[in-house]
Amino acid sequence: MGFVCTRSPCTENMASSSSYNSPCAACKFLRRKCMPGCIFAPYFPPEEPQKFANVHKIFGASNVTKLLNELPPHQREDAVNSLAYEAEARVRDPVYGCVGAISFLQRQVQRLQKELDAANSDLIHYACSEIPTALPAPPGPSSIQSMAPRQRLIDHYDRIGMGNEGGYYEAPAIPTPYNLPWNDNPSGDNSAAGGGSNM
Amino acid sequence: MKESGRKHGALSPCAACKLLRRRCAEDCVFAPYFPPDEPHKFASVHKVFGASNVNKMLQELPEHQRRDAVSSMVYEANARVRDPVYGCVGAISSLQQQIHSLQTQLAAAQAEVVHMRMRQFSSSSNTGGAMDMAVDQANMGESLWSC
Repeated sequence: MGFVCTRSPCTENMASSSSYNSPCAACKFLRRKCMPGCIFAPYFPPEEPQKFANVHKIFGASNVTKLLNELPPHQREDAVNSLAYEAEARVRDPVYGCVGAISFLQRQVQRLQKELDAANSDLIHYACSEIPTALPAPPGPSSIQSMAPRQRLIDHYDRIGMGNEGGYYEAPAIPTPYNLPWNDNPSGDNSAAGGGSNM
Repeated sequence: MKESGRKHGALSPCAACKLLRRRCAEDCVFAPYFPPDEPHKFASVHKVFGASNVNKMLQELPEHQRRDAVSSMVYEANARVRDPVYGCVGAISSLQQQIHSLQTQLAAAQAEVVHMRMRQFSSSSNTGGAMDMAVDQANMGESLWSC
């Protein structure tokens, strides 16, 4: 009966203050007495009833309790906030939830990367077209003569951030969601269950 | 008899009913989306959302949208299992950072392109001006000698 209460210094202080004043949003919603040490009290204040309502609708109070109990106290607030975000997204879009946002952002990343590639190849074109018009290298061994234009190109690349230190953005691997109806470039991987390794 | 209503045509219970240890009815709402050979799919969804919540959510959707809904829930559940603190909100945050970085790089590259274009334009203009000056000097030389 009731929820498992875990004791920690921060939850005890916050829970006792909220239970003296009014029950937390979770206990209010569930019509239960908000006990001192209530695991929800620090994260679901009574003035934000919708937050718990969404989380309960999508994830269920007992699943949230289990999840919070498995986390150290200093990570619980972030966990609750991310759950609240996902729950609200799922309430607004029952089919795709926040996965719709991920797909949209991934398409934006792809578009920006393409534009950046195009701009960089324009720069290469300009840099190459400048090389023949540069001052001739002073007479000397042929190896020095052949390196001078190449060094100017390398210097130019460094200046515009295309050198070894800057340049092309390598996106960390984030598993592409399954094919959404509006995907222009289907990932070809319809099995989101496997997923990738970097989240 | 058992095959009617089960699109996957399997006689064994679906992954959901197997995990929940219940009889898999012919009209089981989970059966089309949680085949018995993918037990991990339902396991993570059940752990994060709970079977009854998933059931409710699917029942509220028209049939043609349920497959996509299940796929997105599986994706979210897997993300939450991998990252219990941030789930797929971590991915959203990371993508937003990537976008910001790419926008900065793109702005810099595009500014450099404009700079290079202007440089090429001005260098071609200067070349034309120098020739005009040479012609004028030649003309001046002639007029001096003509005096």
